[in-house]
Amino acid sequence: MSVGIVGYGAYIPKYRIRVEDIARVWGHDAGSIKSGLGVLEKSVPSLDEDTATLAVEAARNALKRAKDVKPSEIGAVYVGSESHPYAVKPTAATVAEALGIVPDTTAADLEFACKAATAGIQACMGLVKGGYIKYGMSIGADTAQSAPGDALEYTASAGAAAYIIGSENLVAEIEGTFSYTQDVPDFWRREGAPYPRHGGRFTGEPAYFEHVVKASKGLMERLGTNVSDYNYVVFHMPNGKFPLRAAKILGFTIEQVRIGLVVEKIGNTYSGSSLLGLAAVLDVAKSGERILLTSYGSGAGSDSFSIIVRDLIEERRNLAPSVKYYVERKEYIDYALYARSKCLYRG
Amino acid sequence: MSHIAPPAHWRRAKERYRLLGSKCENCGSTFFPPTKVCPKCRRKGRIVQTEFSGKGKIYSYTIIHSAPKMFEKYTPYILALVELEEGPKVMSQIVDCKPEEVKIGMAVEVCFRKLFEQDGEGIISYGFKFRPADNSWKSLQ
Amino acid sequence: MHCMREASVYTEVDMMYKKRDVAIISAAATKCGEQWDKGLKDLAWEAGVKAVEEAGISGKDIEYLVVGNMSGGMFVGQEHIGALVADFLGLNPIPSLRVEGACASGGIAFFQGYMAVASGLYDIVAVGGVEKMTDVEQEHATTALSGAMDFEWEAYFGATFPGIYALMARRYMYEYGLKKETLAKVAVKNHYHGSMNSLAHFMNRISLEEALSAPMVAEPLGKYDCCPISDGAALVILAPLEIARKYTDTPIIVKSSVMASDTLSLLKRRDICTLDATVNAAEKAFRLAHIERSQVNLIEVHDCFTIAEVLAIEDLGFAKKGEGWKVCDEGQTYVGGNLPVNTDGGLKASGHPVGATGVKQIVEIVKQLRGEVERGRQVNNAEIGLAHNVGGSGATAVVTILARR
Ligand SMILES: [Zn+2]
Repeated sequence: MSVGIVGYGAYIPKYRIRVEDIARVWGHDAGSIKSGLGVLEKSVPSLDEDTATLAVEAARNALKRAKDVKPSEIGAVYVGSESHPYAVKPTAATVAEALGIVPDTTAADLEFACKAATAGIQACMGLVKGGYIKYGMSIGADTAQSAPGDALEYTASAGAAAYIIGSENLVAEIEGTFSYTQDVPDFWRREGAPYPRHGGRFTGEPAYFEHVVKASKGLMERLGTNVSDYNYVVFHMPNGKFPLRAAKILGFTIEQVRIGLVVEKIGNTYSGSSLLGLAAVLDVAKSGERILLTSYGSGAGSDSFSIIVRDLIEERRNLAPSVKYYVERKEYIDYALYARSKCLYRG
Repeated sequence: MSHIAPPAHWRRAKERYRLLGSKCENCGSTFFPPTKVCPKCRRKGRIVQTEFSGKGKIYSYTIIHSAPKMFEKYTPYILALVELEEGPKVMSQIVDCKPEEVKIGMAVEVCFRKLFEQDGEGIISYGFKFRPADNSWKSLQ
Repeated sequence: MHCMREASVYTEVDMMYKKRDVAIISAAATKCGEQWDKGLKDLAWEAGVKAVEEAGISGKDIEYLVVGNMSGGMFVGQEHIGALVADFLGLNPIPSLRVEGACASGGIAFFQGYMAVASGLYDIVAVGGVEKMTDVEQEHATTALSGAMDFEWEAYFGATFPGIYALMARRYMYEYGLKKETLAKVAVKNHYHGSMNSLAHFMNRISLEEALSAPMVAEPLGKYDCCPISDGAALVILAPLEIARKYTDTPIIVKSSVMASDTLSLLKRRDICTLDATVNAAEKAFRLAHIERSQVNLIEVHDCFTIAEVLAIEDLGFAKKGEGWKVCDEGQTYVGGNLPVNTDGGLKASGHPVGATGVKQIVEIVKQLRGEVERGRQVNNAEIGLAHNVGGSGATAVVTILARR
């Protein structure tokens, strides 16, 4: 029995703020930030958008593509995020209710920094393969928080991607997955703290690269594949530079990375990041092409997947808006409006 | 409506989340908000739940500048009477749209948003809002 | 007329409840506005005492009291208003009823009192209305008022009261070509009338420019399109016509008083530019009164927002649908015009103490018909007047026709 993706959906809020507009407020040099991060602008949620609303929008798009799937046939809903609206009260239940998946389903919120939703996909794969459920849904969604003036403010953005996992009517097969996890304090947010803290340059070598590279290598070793077997490779995108360097370390070319690199114009959508990259690839990939997906979550871990695109993708991808549509659907706001949107002024 | 107890939110949540109305299976009429009786068929009517497509047109609109506390942070916001393609009208906010862009007859589509939060520690209310209909994604694929 | 005859279910059976003619023997109102030194009881007492003194009757003669009050509970934390007002006016142990129909509470109270006398059950009936609104912050007052619309499907989605009327206004503009200037003219006219009314909340005149440049509340309605939050009370005393002259030389005859209802929420309306409750109540009120629109000398309409005055003129049958705005635009609604409207300044300038408003309107018509109001706003030789009181966005309407003979 093969398992894989039955439907996928993306969502990115409409509003954007440019790096220049943030840099001006803090007296930073926008030029060096843009070239240093490989990010020009980032998405900003509306005041009435949060992780639950983004997740619902992405999930509705996934359901449109998985047109044979009835909501009632989805037996598991996982929402991976580090910005769940409630500390206690599941986002997943709200999403399940809004999609009409209730009540015969399991649901849970997952948290593992930016990779919780890929863990959710693995859980769905297991439940489907074990015969416990027919379909499962995992959604990565975040309205990422960043302290005003912090380096994260240039990239922390908002977006979501949803995946329906099953064993029939696949648009892409997941041929294998491999994970790599260690306790690494590179990035964290304590209970009740409004903004995360991070270890600066420590987030690089021992954290992101260690895990992304090792998980990807582990997967390829297990499957007996190598870099030339993949048409596309997608890594978690905390900025525009890290994924390129990880690709280089592993021996992938820029061409393999390019399509899935969706960070320059939307920023780091955290739990949505690598899954939006995968969605962008699925929007264009041809039947038979192979994709390597490796997420990364601080703390730290990576989940790596090898995915083969199937014929059905051709007729299904056009049933919902593409990532490109959402990236290009935008309206710029200035820092004042941004501060209001993010409720930086609490009152 | 400063303090609304959880059951009052919960009771209508399904309908607000999914834009559920009712339909009379006898005469085909659709209703929003959901009704318990078909005014045309009365006792002969058979009322069932129905999910609206979420497509509609703006029948009338206003820009709210002065709002109750729980909506204050969203001002100015667009409030509209949306005529659904199935016929009934719903009252809803229009989002992802500038106040100067909204007009009567404009095509809109449903989306899922936060309606309000009672305070920093209270329940978050979610439900439908509408945004300008955009089919440009179809040609962009 | 455009009235919905086919929707009307009234028959001549309606006439049967009326066993005898009813008259108003006295009518009084307090000043409206921010009455910091007066509470709900003080306001009710003031109106009550004025009315009782005017009629020259003893409190002991009053057999039944009906009080309109929208939201004592939310405005001053006080319910049980019926017995409370009876107690404060020294009327115990007579039956005392508080009625509520949002901003139409006062009108409904009058309708109830009228029925009590017309049916022959009681002779002397006091009908009061009272609202103390300024003891709470504006935010809470707004919240209390929003209770007049559908909570689950309107207020819950961010609708406000001005917002609901703004939706009507915007659609009306789209359908019939109404301009903001005309709405501003309604406010200017009402402030002009109010400036001559010593009991009005606002006695200042405003210019068209001021009205047009005021801050927006709910577009297209700005600050001057909206009535204020006022404290106030009013009380009238009813008696059978046959004994009314015992108390006054100028009894005012209640030709009819009719109430009608409609959907609470705007979204279920047949047409949001028409208040069917007003149409239905007016249709029946004129029929029962055997009076033609052309005989009416002045009207008090429920202008909670300027657009409401335009709609009322049409829905009461004084203009065709879509043409009410022209009557306003041409200035026919001033005292001295063809159809004087809101000669006390309306809700806009004279104030809107919600539960009292419907009774306050009756008081204005009574004073006009008796020729007792300030010079400048007195309608000459007024014989017949009409009061129109609305609850919410039109879920309740009460139309009362009064005549000097
Ligand atoms: Zn029916």
